Amino acid sequence: MSKQTISLNVNGKSVTAKAEPRELLIHVLREQLEITGPHIGCETSHCGACTVEIDGMSVKSCTLFAVQAQGKEITTIEGLGDPDKLHVLQEKFKEHHGLQCGYCTPGMITRAHRLLKENPSPTEEDVRFGIAGNLCRCTGYQNIVKSVMAAAEELNNKEATT
Amino acid sequence: MITGSFEYHQPGTVPDAIALLSKLGDDARVIAGGHSLIPTMKLRLAMPEHLIDLQACQELKKISVSGGEVCIGAMTTQAELIASEELHQAAPIVRETSLQIADPQVRYMGTLGGNVANGDPGNDMPALMQCLDATFVLSGPDGERTVLAREFYEAAYFTARDDLEILTEARFPVCAGGYSYEKQKRKIGDYATAAAAVLLSKGGDGGCETASIALTNLADTPIYCQQASEHLVQNGVSDASIADAVTSAMGQIDPVDDNRGPAEFKRHAAAIILQRAIQQAWSRA
Amino acid sequence: MSATAESVQERRAALKGLGTSRKRVEDARFTQGKGNYVDDIKLPDMLFGDFVRSQHAHARVKSIDTSAAIELPGVIAVLTAKDLEPLSLHWMPTLAGDKQMVLADGKVLFQGQEVAFVVAEDRYIAADAVDLVKVEYEELPVLVDPFKAELPDAPILREDIADEKEGAHGARRHPNHIFTWEQGDKAGTEAVIGEADVVAEEMVYYHRTHPCPMETCGSVASMDKVNGKLTLWGTFQAPHVVRTVASLLSGIAEHNIRVVSPDIGGGFGNKVGVYPGYVCSIVASIVTGQPVKWVEDRMENLSATAFARDYWMQGKIAATKEGKILGLWCHTTADHGAFDACADPTKYPAGFMSICTGSYDIPTAYLAVDGIYTNKAPGGVAYRCSFRVTEAAYFIERMIEVLAIKLNMDAAELRAKNFIRKDQFPYQSALGWEYDSGDYHTAWDKALDAVGYKQLRAEQAQQVEDFKAGKTRKLMGVGLCHFTEIVGAGPVKNCDILGMGMFDSCEIRIHPTGSALARLGTISQGQGHATTFAQILASEIGISADDITIEEGDTDTAPYGLGTYGSRSTPVAGAATAMAGRKIRAKAQMIAAYLLEVHDNDLEWEVDRFVVKGAPERFKTMKEIAYASYNQAIPGVEPGLEAVSYYDPPNMTYPFGAYICVMDIDVDTGEAGVRQFYALDDCGTRINPMIIEGQVHGGLTEALAIAMGQEIAYDELGNVKTGTLMDFFIPTSWETPNYQTDYTETPSPHHPIGAKGVGESPNVGGVPAFSNAVNDAFRAFGLTHTHMPHDHWRIWQTANKLGLHN
Repeated sequence: MSKQTISLNVNGKSVTAKAEPRELLIHVLREQLEITGPHIGCETSHCGACTVEIDGMSVKSCTLFAVQAQGKEITTIEGLGDPDKLHVLQEKFKEHHGLQCGYCTPGMITRAHRLLKENPSPTEEDVRFGIAGNLCRCTGYQNIVKSVMAAAEELNNKEATT
Repeated sequence: MITGSFEYHQPGTVPDAIALLSKLGDDARVIAGGHSLIPTMKLRLAMPEHLIDLQACQELKKISVSGGEVCIGAMTTQAELIASEELHQAAPIVRETSLQIADPQVRYMGTLGGNVANGDPGNDMPALMQCLDATFVLSGPDGERTVLAREFYEAAYFTARDDLEILTEARFPVCAGGYSYEKQKRKIGDYATAAAAVLLSKGGDGGCETASIALTNLADTPIYCQQASEHLVQNGVSDASIADAVTSAMGQIDPVDDNRGPAEFKRHAAAIILQRAIQQAWSRA
Repeated sequence: MSATAESVQERRAALKGLGTSRKRVEDARFTQGKGNYVDDIKLPDMLFGDFVRSQHAHARVKSIDTSAAIELPGVIAVLTAKDLEPLSLHWMPTLAGDKQMVLADGKVLFQGQEVAFVVAEDRYIAADAVDLVKVEYEELPVLVDPFKAELPDAPILREDIADEKEGAHGARRHPNHIFTWEQGDKAGTEAVIGEADVVAEEMVYYHRTHPCPMETCGSVASMDKVNGKLTLWGTFQAPHVVRTVASLLSGIAEHNIRVVSPDIGGGFGNKVGVYPGYVCSIVASIVTGQPVKWVEDRMENLSATAFARDYWMQGKIAATKEGKILGLWCHTTADHGAFDACADPTKYPAGFMSICTGSYDIPTAYLAVDGIYTNKAPGGVAYRCSFRVTEAAYFIERMIEVLAIKLNMDAAELRAKNFIRKDQFPYQSALGWEYDSGDYHTAWDKALDAVGYKQLRAEQAQQVEDFKAGKTRKLMGVGLCHFTEIVGAGPVKNCDILGMGMFDSCEIRIHPTGSALARLGTISQGQGHATTFAQILASEIGISADDITIEEGDTDTAPYGLGTYGSRSTPVAGAATAMAGRKIRAKAQMIAAYLLEVHDNDLEWEVDRFVVKGAPERFKTMKEIAYASYNQAIPGVEPGLEAVSYYDPPNMTYPFGAYICVMDIDVDTGEAGVRQFYALDDCGTRINPMIIEGQVHGGLTEALAIAMGQEIAYDELGNVKTGTLMDFFIPTSWETPNYQTDYTETPSPHHPIGAKGVGESPNVGGVPAFSNAVNDAFRAFGLTHTHMPHDHWRIWQTANKLGLHN
């Protein structure tokens, strides 16, 4: 099947890729655009390691053909914070030991980012329910939940003081 | 896990989509949210040569409530169903059910139409639609027709939808009264081991005015439990009538042994889940 | 030189050494998506490999037709056993002294077995080509039940060794029998059991499961034909061993092979073994002259690489009527699958299963293990445990409960009555181990107090009454566990992998400006080595952990080591790090003495400096000494400040812990929820409490998964029933409880810093705690034992058999 040109906006930049219709968004991101933060964990939409944000939705990019994302705005872990100024979530995951092997972390933080946009003051239960599409084998989630709660608190404090 | 090759189409309107489907015939599949179809294609259990993506058909994305009727476009996602306050006022059982489907990411993509149309007995929306006594609108080359959700499901993955038709919307009456969607599952993201959708309304005399019961993943189709529903209306809601209604409903199920457990277990769990759903719906009525 | 204003405490804190909850240095990278895992590697002209796998569990391969696949544009090669045979690579040795097919040689022995390897320009073409390879099979009878392996009508699985009466671990009594391994005193134990007041018997099954790290296994092989050098990146928990094996198999000299373990997305034992994918990527790169990547998908991971457990443990435990244990007998039927590819030290075909006397002073014991071939995937790895230790801990902690039932005694009291006492350490176990240190009674009492054990029992009794009275349909279980681990393999005199002694290593370079680089033979898979090893070193050499870089995983730079598994990094490589640090300090002392014009013995070490005894204003800091080592000509002392240590541990370490789980069970639906989980761990000296706590949370969650539903299940035809994450249970944040952690600290007397290792304790202790809670919930209704995994339907079935649904 011939390749077609796909235009995307990834992390604020307009980019194009050439892909067959069957190429998954995760493969195009990782292999063509060299955005390797999102990972492949299960390929059946159960683990969430490939989570990216598309037009304000958390999406498992292993279960979307790149061609379906034509023209859309995509944010990956690489689009949150930068080396000189980490995103609050990135800082809190470090502070509260919310990661170990790091493989699920990009998807987890990207998902938590959307969760806090939609629910800036979640309860612990809200966080646990809201990240239940992201599996982690290392942490037992306890410190991930703590990290997300801490990030919410800090973001709210910043909001209150500005 | 790599799908076979296919050509991708993104029609902008439903008529365009139907025209494409008519032209391509059996080689084409319609894709909505894709969270059932894409994994199936990755296992190469489905190898369509053409995919017709409905995402650009704006007319399929809608939730409206008017004249006592709710109308939901097929491409409305579960996340949108959850978020709609208007829908929650009109039919709170929809949010309760939607929140028990898959996980947050899947609910952003998963659509009402995809969930009801593919005929997977594990999906939650079909029983919900039967419980709500929904009508499905099907558009095809010969125009539109409607089919009752309670008459739509024939067998696993077989429905009343013709291959050249697209399910465009579901309509159902606004539901007053108590509601419950009870689902036993192994974990978040799983299909039901057993699930029950129940709507009950209380009459002025404290009796049961209306009742509707449907079950998920306990046979190769969703099950609308007419007799059990009528039993509650006729006898009111009491421990004894609930037990009878449950017994009646259990006469309709036909679960199979799988990783969720042997049929014998599912029968027992289904009875418990249904009993709890009726109790909860009645407590909210 | 003026004395610094900083106090000793301030200087010690600035080191961020032992005992500090130092934040992880790895995290900045990982949280920004800048980790570098195998599948992130992209090389020019890189090809992709993909396997044709067997759909059948047992079949003869009649023919393989690769012609259509080869004709597909973009396909470079399709390898079969015939192509590998001239290189003698169609079979490979396993870690357990057996051999394993790399590609199907005449027959297939398990579903998912590798049959052919397709190499193509991208992964999409490779997948298409896999579908085009036509394999003709003749199906054979399938053996999935190890207890039927030696029946007269059992199919012979391994025809290649059917006539061999002697295997790597002694005599074989049947073509489907691998070994019998015996430990302890058979006659003595049987005599004790024959005469004892009370004997409890049970068959305890630890089901087949899988480590399932988030990242699957994979490799990238790049053969540089110009330089004759092979570089192999891969998901290796033991990169040096892989290099040695790759050299022995390929004939490429070991110095021409560089093995790199980049970031690893979790291992848990899955990445210890050598898999056909690694071998095929190497061969394909040699054949094509281009880099070849192979990364398995999740279904391949679950169905073909490295299962864990599958032990049927028949037990008998004898005691006096007062509850003093007299003897323990165990016969294990070990289902090893189609090839014996267990990752165990050579002399231990059943790993350290002989730690099955647990935390108890049991005078007489006997263990026999029979290894059996079946038509299932090979493996038998230590999934977040030291070799077969979780099996042993599960066995003894279930047997204690079964005995408590028989004695009609409280299970907490029975444990306390039989613990090895503090004054008995070092303790010689009946099955041959020397436990280094422990204080079990203190830990146990602390745990029982923390949860309010007596109140819990009272509440439970009340709930049983309420249940019987029809007031509730829920039951409550209190799951107890006191486990003893055996980790840190191990002394070279009795522990090796493929002949390599199980030492580990650390090499340290101190730079002139006083910062340092340390390289180790281990490899982190999330344990935070870059953080914690720097802490060990900081405390040893007085350089801040922030000024120490830790490197692992590249065999061209790291010293030879046996890798990271079996909680051996801290006990072995951690010790090597401390010992190398001490060599640095010893040399630094000579330099300081020269600089301060005193005798070596006139100096004493104080946090980060050598101070002249009795003259605290006269000192040299490690930073000053480092600089001097590079710019001063010191008589009798070589320039520079470097050291290397290869550490051969004198003994294993024996971490222990006391776990208590309170579980609520819905008798009607079989659903179980953890109400409370208390975990006290004693891992000796604590290096980084934050990381220890994280390890405990993670290990407990893996234990929760295993105990409550996670399994690799086969049907009678050998089909894998749980091949995706839909059916293979991994709890989400929603099903996972919060854990309450605690500790006692009993240092290991033989380890340089007293540390014992902790990463695997929570899995070893967690599984029995969860399982005991489920079992305990039904004790009042006559249940003695029910098998894991305790998923909804099995719990329901247990309740149903007890008549609780009537």
